[in-house]
Amino acid sequence: MIEVLGWMSLCVGVGFTVLGCLGLVRFPDLYNRMQAATKCVTLGTCGIMLGVFLMSGFTALGIKALLCALFVLITVPVAAHALARGSLIFGVKLWKHTVKDEFTDDRGGESIIEEEK
Amino acid sequence: MTVLIVVLSFGAFFCLYRALQGPSIPDRAIAVDIMGVIFCSITALMALKLKLAYLIDLSIAIAVISFVGTLALAKYLEGRSLDD
Repeated sequence: MIEVLGWMSLCVGVGFTVLGCLGLVRFPDLYNRMQAATKCVTLGTCGIMLGVFLMSGFTALGIKALLCALFVLITVPVAAHALARGSLIFGVKLWKHTVKDEFTDDRGGESIIEEEK
Repeated sequence: MTVLIVVLSFGAFFCLYRALQGPSIPDRAIAVDIMGVIFCSITALMALKLKLAYLIDLSIAIAVISFVGTLALAKYLEGRSLDD
């Protein structure tokens, strides 16, 4: 029973991760890509680590897998947020169909939404 | 288990495409970061498959190094020093 749950968790995790990577290839601009990749890969990695824990039980491998899941859950969104903020300040343009850019509005700067050609 | 590792490797190939192709620096940075996290989960799966418990330590180390590298690059893009 636990084994089956572990396999299910592993499969869900791998599926989410690969779909997130597909989003990294397919989406139109940096911020969309970052959103897709970060969220999907975080959930997918946590699923894989949970599956490893369920299949190996309360051994050193399982407990360390849970610790790794916790670490990934905390650090990957933080890194993506820092990188998104950095690239906004660096001047990477938003997609041309973007509706709202509150970061630039609040700072009172010039809009960096890409011009439509 | 082998099938899962191969499918994850395809995900890593997608990230590699974005890291080579990406129009801007942050594109490459986020692709390499995501690739690091994927390698982290591949290592965990190999620890389970080969029954080598110490490989999970390597997995944690890869996650830490990937996080620190991305954070340093984000600070560089923002134009500030690291202790700011």
